[in-house]
Amino acid sequence: MKRPDDIKASKLDWLTILVVVALAMAGWLNIYAVVFDDQLDQNIFDLSLNSGKQLLWFGISIMMIVLIMIMDIRFFDSFAYPIYGIIILLLVSVLVFGTVVSGSKSWFELGFIRFQPAEFAKFATALAVAKFLSKPQLKLNKLKNWALLGLIVGIPAVLIALQGDMGSALVFCAFIVVFYREGLSPLFVLIGLITVALFVLTLLTGQLYLIIGILVVASFLIALGKRTKKRISAIVAIAIVTIGVVMSVDYVVNSVMLPHQQNRVKAFINPEADPLGYGYNVTQSKIAIGSGGFLGKGFLEGTQTKFDFVPEQSTDFIFCTIGEEHGWLGSTILIVLFVILLLRIVFIAERQKSNFSRIYGYGVAGIIFFHFTVNIGMTIGLFPVIGIPLPFFSYGGSSLLAFSILIFILLKMDAHRMQVLIR
Amino acid sequence: MKDDRSIAIRLSFILIGSIFIIKLFFIQVLDENYRLAAENNVMQRLIQYPYRGLIYDRNNQLIVYNKPVYDLMVVPREVELKDTVGFCQQLGISTDEFHEKLSKAKSYSWYKPSVFLKQFSNEDFASMQDLLVDYPGFYITPRTVRAYPYHGMANALGYIGEISKSRLERDSSSYYRQGDYIGISGLESEYEELLRGKRGVKYRMVNVRGLEKGSFKAGKWDTIPQIGENLISTIDIDLQEYAETLMEGKVGSVIALEPATGEILSFVSAPSYNPNILTGRSYSEYFSVLSKDSLKPLYNRALMAQYRPGSIFKIVQALVALQEGVITENTRLRCNRSIIGCHGPHSFENLQGAITNSCNPYFVQVSRKMINQGISEDTYEDTRIGLEKWRAHVASFGFGSPVGIDLPNEKGGMVPNVSYYDNAYQSKNWKFSNIQSIAIGEGENLVVPLQMANFVAIVANRGFYIKPHLIKAIGEHHESLNEYREKHYTMVDSKYFEVAVEAMAEVVRSGTGQFRAKLPDIEVCGKTGTVQNSNTPDHSVFIAFAPKDDPKIAISVYVEQGGQGARAGAAIAGLMIEKYLNGCTNRTHMEEYVLKGEFIY
Repeated sequence: MKRPDDIKASKLDWLTILVVVALAMAGWLNIYAVVFDDQLDQNIFDLSLNSGKQLLWFGISIMMIVLIMIMDIRFFDSFAYPIYGIIILLLVSVLVFGTVVSGSKSWFELGFIRFQPAEFAKFATALAVAKFLSKPQLKLNKLKNWALLGLIVGIPAVLIALQGDMGSALVFCAFIVVFYREGLSPLFVLIGLITVALFVLTLLTGQLYLIIGILVVASFLIALGKRTKKRISAIVAIAIVTIGVVMSVDYVVNSVMLPHQQNRVKAFINPEADPLGYGYNVTQSKIAIGSGGFLGKGFLEGTQTKFDFVPEQSTDFIFCTIGEEHGWLGSTILIVLFVILLLRIVFIAERQKSNFSRIYGYGVAGIIFFHFTVNIGMTIGLFPVIGIPLPFFSYGGSSLLAFSILIFILLKMDAHRMQVLIR
Repeated sequence: MKDDRSIAIRLSFILIGSIFIIKLFFIQVLDENYRLAAENNVMQRLIQYPYRGLIYDRNNQLIVYNKPVYDLMVVPREVELKDTVGFCQQLGISTDEFHEKLSKAKSYSWYKPSVFLKQFSNEDFASMQDLLVDYPGFYITPRTVRAYPYHGMANALGYIGEISKSRLERDSSSYYRQGDYIGISGLESEYEELLRGKRGVKYRMVNVRGLEKGSFKAGKWDTIPQIGENLISTIDIDLQEYAETLMEGKVGSVIALEPATGEILSFVSAPSYNPNILTGRSYSEYFSVLSKDSLKPLYNRALMAQYRPGSIFKIVQALVALQEGVITENTRLRCNRSIIGCHGPHSFENLQGAITNSCNPYFVQVSRKMINQGISEDTYEDTRIGLEKWRAHVASFGFGSPVGIDLPNEKGGMVPNVSYYDNAYQSKNWKFSNIQSIAIGEGENLVVPLQMANFVAIVANRGFYIKPHLIKAIGEHHESLNEYREKHYTMVDSKYFEVAVEAMAEVVRSGTGQFRAKLPDIEVCGKTGTVQNSNTPDHSVFIAFAPKDDPKIAISVYVEQGGQGARAGAAIAGLMIEKYLNGCTNRTHMEEYVLKGEFIY
């Protein structure tokens, strides 16, 4: 029998690696484009520029990838909970010892390097979820197990939310993809989606109209169908719950959300209401992307991003640079690359022999999917502004390193998928 | 079942990707607005205002130039005020004013500069510069305003000011933008298109903080400003100043011109004002003071005031009658004071004597001959024919319609015609006796002082005029306007003018009060007019030209309530002629007489 960690390059999924490298390289060029100023003589390798720093992180990430590749494949399975535990400890300690950067106390400062444990919580949680769900004798119809799963996902999310980084906390919603795949009733997904839809509809149309609408629909349903007691009471109950959701919107927006979060909601509903105030980010982001046209203005020719009209342009709003300089064509290519990556990850997950690897694979897909959807969605005004990076693309060392770890653990598992059969 | 779910997940990936691609197609390819908004973001239109053209007088003295002033600009995004009250104190504005101005600037743009306070002088600029170090968001930009080394001629020069809303709407060339300066009156308005030059536009890119990031599209759309054309005026600024001094404390006008060329040597409307007060920051303050003044200093009497011409009109009557052949220079008519009152001891004069003595009955009779030539049997009809004929002659002297000076708002005066009297009498039943007062320049005739000056130039030229004008050459190459080279002949032959010239020479030579215009070494020809008013003192009118045989200057003086024509009018005209032809005046007693201004005695 071969040793488990004896790995051949040919067994790695090179398509995934190719897409990831393409995304990272394109991201790197765009990070350079953001800071590029033709009045200064700047080099893309200049370490004082973001592009140079990002290159440094490429190196660190590659070292980490190599480390993953030479590790024993059983490590991730065996140490899933310890890794998770360490990350939870880090998340707690960052609340105490962390440095505040733009309103979030989520950074450790180590000399000249800053690092964000929240980014690493994603793969750690994915491992823990996979570990938990792959337990052979697990009964998923027991509420207790769902509650435990909820805790595994909820603890890091709450800790990150406490740091003030709502965006990264929301990323843990991504595990709904895993749960759905592993047997969560689609009803829950549906209820979740309906709640979100009702929430957005209330914001867009106003409470009163929506309540009237719900009452009208409910009356019709009662009038038209069979008038059994059971049916009527069910319809009434559902109507009351939905009206309750609708009526809670004001409370949630005004009392639960912080002022800047309220503004983001307002900006999402109507960015034109205050284009220089809370609507500024979305307005400018859309202007940058929209001005790209079909082919874009050309590499380093963008004006909106380069002249700082778009905020957070090398991190959360990096997509604006693509949109502006490479137009619809470039944006489409990027989106297609992401969709290919996601489909490939699901494909890889599905071909795993072990449940642990498959579930982890779906975790990876869910996390990347959430980032992709929310990040691009917010830059074009389809989502409220939630500050999370575009995987492999945005500037930021922690994010790049964490996503590399996330995906290369899966690739490592995939390369060994035939060996785990024995177990 | 698990496979279905895997497919559902994959489909949702594809769905989201497709939604993004479609949405992007809408905003990137189909919607132009974002591209325009992006250009609007980065593109800053820098208007480069050219220097407005300068104005020189006929002897190359600079009379209008540009003076630098400084505007205080604000970029609301950059404003950080720790001490608003202190800032306002330094600027001399109230905090309410400050907030009002700031919010106005904000409503224009957060990151583009807009004018906060206008037109600081050089001295203010120095102290301001130190101050602004502590107040980010405020900048100073230079601009220019008009300045005038001489304090006269305000009404002719006019002034410039910010373009009004209504003017902006009327601007069919769509050259102007809000906040632009434009000539509002006088020469500034008349020659606006030459003086303003051509505005240049530089498009540059700026970042979100307004810092310059190079030219937009490599300057493809940039235009270079063209400096306004300089104008050479016909005015003799020394003579102008002298005339203004003489007119101090009086109401009226003095217009002197060079008969052969129609070039205006001095152009005074009194009372006037110092043109420098309508520039700079206190423009609106002074403007309201001037416009409320009961003597209307902003009203250009020289070309807008319409007066009855008085006796000077008798010369016109004489010339028209000679041309029509109803009299000769030897025609003697009795001074029949039962027709109309007269003055002075005379009884039976020939034409020259009648002009010299300003004999009213003589000219009423001449006019009757002129108008009732017996062409029609019907007296009414005959009067109508005669009046139209007379009117055509009079109009050829530039009366009854604007003469065409290069200034806006020139009035035309009034020469009554047939339909006027039809209207006035509500019938066609009127005849000469109803309208005879027009014979002596009273009645329905109205002229503006400029027309009087033009008329005396016609007499000096013996029969023609060139449109009086204030600008004789334009730009570097001193191009003149064709309009002001063309001779306009009257309908009266040149030969008939000699008798009028002789009579006018005689008026000054031997007339009673006209000695005030008499000069020892120059033969002055003149004619008085005394326009009677029912309740107030007479208006003093005097027209003159000199020298008799080679006229260099023609002048009309109109002093409201200045007594008889021989007093204020003749004195001022005489001094002006002397000053212009001799370069100075030696008759200090006459200057004192004029400056004292007591003409009613």
